[in-house]
Parts: sequence; C-alpha cells; structure tokens
Amino acid sequence: MSEVRAEQGTALDVSRSEPKSTRYRDALIALAAFIILALLPALTSSKFLLDFVIRCAAYGLFATSLNLLVGYTGLTSFGHGMFFGLGAYGFGLTMQKTGVPVPVAFVATLLITLVVAAVIGAICVRLKEIYFAFVTLAFQMLIHSTILSWVSFTGGDQGLRGGIPRPPFLGIDLSNHLHLYIFSCALLVIGLLLMRQIAQSPFGYTLRMIRDNATRASFVGIDVYRAKLTIFVLAALFASVGGMIMALFVSGAYPEFAYWTISGEGIFINMLGGVTTFLGPMVGTVILLILNDTVTRVTEYHGIVLGIVILFFAIGLRKGLMDFVFEWVAQRRDAARERAP
Amino acid sequence: MDLDALTGCLTTSACLVTQTTSGLIIGMLLFLVAVGLTLIFGVLKVVNFSHGAFYMFGAYFAMTAYQFTGSFALAMLAGAIGTAIIGLVFERGFMSRVYGHDVLMQLLVCYAFVLIFDDVVRMIWGPEFKSMGMPTAFQVAPLFIAGGVVPPYYLLLIGVALAAALILGLGLARTRIGKVIRAAAHNPGMVSALGINTGLIYGGVFALGGGLAGLAGALAAPVRSLTPGMGFSVLIESFIVTVIGGMGSILGALVGALLIGLIRSFGSLGFPLFTEGLMYLFMVIVLVSRPSGLFGKEVA
Repeated sequence: MSEVRAEQGTALDVSRSEPKSTRYRDALIALAAFIILALLPALTSSKFLLDFVIRCAAYGLFATSLNLLVGYTGLTSFGHGMFFGLGAYGFGLTMQKTGVPVPVAFVATLLITLVVAAVIGAICVRLKEIYFAFVTLAFQMLIHSTILSWVSFTGGDQGLRGGIPRPPFLGIDLSNHLHLYIFSCALLVIGLLLMRQIAQSPFGYTLRMIRDNATRASFVGIDVYRAKLTIFVLAALFASVGGMIMALFVSGAYPEFAYWTISGEGIFINMLGGVTTFLGPMVGTVILLILNDTVTRVTEYHGIVLGIVILFFAIGLRKGLMDFVFEWVAQRRDAARERAP
Repeated sequence: MDLDALTGCLTTSACLVTQTTSGLIIGMLLFLVAVGLTLIFGVLKVVNFSHGAFYMFGAYFAMTAYQFTGSFALAMLAGAIGTAIIGLVFERGFMSRVYGHDVLMQLLVCYAFVLIFDDVVRMIWGPEFKSMGMPTAFQVAPLFIAGGVVPPYYLLLIGVALAAALILGLGLARTRIGKVIRAAAHNPGMVSALGINTGLIYGGVFALGGGLAGLAGALAAPVRSLTPGMGFSVLIESFIVTVIGGMGSILGALVGALLIGLIRSFGSLGFPLFTEGLMYLFMVIVLVSRPSGLFGKEVA
C-alpha cells in the first residue's frame, strides 16, 4: 500500500493548489449526477433497474462512509455494518411505534446513531489496528444478538414485520415507488457531496495525516483521539442513512442488516473499488451488487464464488479497480507534463 | 433480570455444581480455540479471522470419523490432525502472502476463507443441523457431586483441555522447539539468520493453532449441534477471551476463557436476555481499565 499512498501525496498537492474550483466542480458533478439519475425513470420503465439504483444508494452511502474510516483515517472497522442495521431498525421502530412524520423519524434515528456511535467510538478508537477491527466487530455482534433476543421490541429473527408506515410529507409520498426512487437518489447525492466536503476539508487532511503518521500528527498539536472519534461518529451517521434507505426500500428491517457479513461486504466493496479515490467505494458497490445478483441466480454456493473473487483481488491484484484507473490517469498526466516542458 | 434465580442458585450446592461445570466446559472449549488464536497472533502477528472455521471443520471431521470408525479417540484425532493440515496449507498458501501488508488485506483473505469454508461444509455435509450423538463409551449414568449432576463426558472434556494447556505451556517454556518459537515471535529475522526455517515455524504454529481449534470442535461435537457457520460466534467469543486475557498470553487465554464461561453460565440465570451483553460489558471494563488485557505485556 505504501506506493499507492505515496502517489496520493501528489494528488494532495494538486487539490490543494486549487481548492475553490474543486469545490464548485464537486457540486456541479453532484448536480449533474442527480439530474441524470432523476431522468432515468423517464428513459426506462424497468422497475428492476430503479430498484437496483435504490440498493446502490443504500449500500453506496454505507461503503463510502466506511472509506472515510478505512481509506482516509486508516481505521479498519470491521463492525461498520452495525450502524447500517441501527439506521434501519431505528427508523423502522420509530415509524412503527410513534407514527411521527418521516423527517422527524429521520432526525431521531440520526440522533440515536450519534449517541450509540459516540459511546462505541469512545471505547474503540483508542485501540490499535487489529484490536480496533475486532472490537468494532464484537460490538456489531452485540447489537445483532440484542436484536435477535429482544423479540418483543424488535421481532427477533423475524425482523420488523407488518411494514413501515410511510405517511406523505411535503408532497413526497414514499410509498410511491417513483418518489422513493428520487428521494433515495437525492439522499445518495447529498450524502456523497457532504462526505466529499469532509474529505477535502482541512479536517480531511488531518485524517490523512493521522493515517500516515499518527505520532507526527499528535506532535504538531492534533488531538488524534478526538479527530478519530469525530470521523467515527460522522461515518456512522452516513451509514445509518444508508440503513434508513434500505428500511424504506424493503419496508421493514431484518437482523441480517446488522449481521457482520454487511461489514465484511463493506470492507470488500472498498477493496474492490479501491480506497485511494473518493468514488472507488461507489464503483465497488455497483460491481458487488451486480456480482451478488448474478451469482445467486447461478449457484446456491455464492460464498465460494465471492470468496474466490475476494482472494483474486486481495492476493492477486492487491488493488481496487479505481486504483488502477487513478494510477493510469496519474501516469498520463506525468507523461503529458514531460512532453510539455 | 432474575436476580432471585441467581442468588438461589449460588446458595444451593446442587445448582452451583451444575452451573459451574457447564461454565467450565464452555470456558475450556473457548480456551482451546482462543489459545490457538493467541499463539498465532503472538508469533505471526496476524489475527486469524477464519479461526472459527477450524473449530467447525474439527467438529465435522470428528462426526464423520466417528460414523465410519465408531472410535471416539480416532474421531478426536481426525478433528485435530485434519484441521492442522488445513491450517498448514492455509498459512503457507495464502496467509503468508499478506504478512507485512495492512490489516485490511489480512482481514479480506480471512473473510474470503470464512465464506469459502462455510460453503464447502454446506456442500459436503448439507445445510441442516447435524448431531454426532454421545459416544457409547460415555453413555453411562451421570455422576452426582454435592447433589449436582455432572455427565462423565464433561470431566473428559475438561481433562483434555487442561492437558492441552499444560503440554502447550510446558512445551513453549521448556523445549527447544518452544524456545525457537518464542525467539521467532520476538525477532524472526534473527532466527532465520541463525539458519532456522522461519517459514516452517510459521506454518507449524498455524497448524498447531488450527489443530487446537479443531480439537475443540471435535470435543464439542457430541454436546453441540453442528451447522455451517457454527464457528463464527465461537470466534467472536474467543476473540473477547484474548482481549480480556491479553493477546499472546496463554495463561491469559485460560483465565479469560474460564471467566467468560462462568459469566455465560451464571449470567444465563440472572440475566437471561443480557447474557451476551454481560460478556461484552466485561470486555469493555477490561479494555478501559487495562487496554493490554489482564496478562498482556504490550499496550494494545
């Protein structure tokens, strides 16, 4: 990974020299992406494709938020899926038990996630690498087993059944498939834009510094613990939004949403797409979902196929797809620079 | 919460004996898995995230060997040796390629094998719950100790696990191979410069760790139900054990495993819904007060 990170250093210089233009560029790209996604239903009537985009939005937000931890801060969380599950259950339960409007439940779920993530993060982020990975995983299993055993509240292994009520608000009716689609796309684009802002902010560069050399970071006066805790909580909030999209999509919440495999898939998505680019996890999400859909149709043993693909990436390529694209672009740029003295 | 049941049990000798033995067998099985995990971490500096799969393979191997031979001793051997071979191949073939890389790669390789191993078991033995059944040699009347019921098999299980702990502890401390392993954990470069094949040591330690997990699986097979994915909860629990006891410490693994076993068996009386929670709570308390674990030397 060291060579990849070295190259990220060059990218860092480029983006620093023109921060304003990148900010506007990001907003423009986000707007364009949203318009394209919003026009998609007009072009195709395929419900399957629209469903696919909604699932991409849910998993994409989750995976990109994980990249804030893994790629930008060097915190390999193996329990990030707990916040995905927490979002789904928090939202579903709030809607089912209290019947408040959707935006209120949305904010309430974010607040719940904030509190839970702050408590778990306060314990976890002081731990080093592998400890951090496993203790986050242990907390994920705690949340999963709580969901399973607290049958009267969460429905146990049956999940939240009976559907999540989705009363219309501000003219948006989420029980309408098209409205849900546009709503999910909007959340995805806004979420990605916000995370991009975090990644490109001075705080984002602090995180990169912590990843590369935490000792040096604390020597120049950065409170490493606080910075790590902050990004842990922020990433949890975005993962929770992903979980909420998922809960809205399936109109329920199931224990699988909080199971460790979600975290494993998140890690794999990051590997697949590559952690050196911001959009790598998004690319990874699309590939993994296509892969999952195809493999489950062909064989019931999709673990074997998925495992071999993971091994191919982890041992064979050692890089994600977007890393190759990124390197190729960087090489082209260097070559162009050499040609124009 | 049912504190009356808990205090009631603590004051009756029969219940106390029964709960303590059930806590001990949970603890001993966890110890065998956790000690492999901690040994591999101590020497190879990687956490074998697929360690639960070795426990699972051990159980399935033992069941099959018992069905074919009818000998429980052979079944245990099959469980331990079969998984040790898998461990050796896994380490030499795959894990050794990601040493020195970041944790992400190691986790991914192990994650891939958790998926593959679970599906392999599903393919060979089927997805349904299996049961090996109590070996005929142990189908005898249970012992009564101070009014508590103790199946003889439990005593064998505790004995085997204790013997493994003793052999392992003495072997590492007193024998030449043990010395080499400890040296390799400390400074592998120096050890290989002295003409010792560290690759072989690494493979051997991984095989030993895997074999111990397999032995745990084989011992658990008569008393637990077998299912693909059965190793995962054991992995998490044994990781909690190593966190509590301290990574790399064998004594820590023993103490941690017994504590978790007793917490589970007595916790299920007092806090039926919060038994798992108690375990995590205990881990958090240890992590906050002693980040390197009860017997760990390095600061985590």
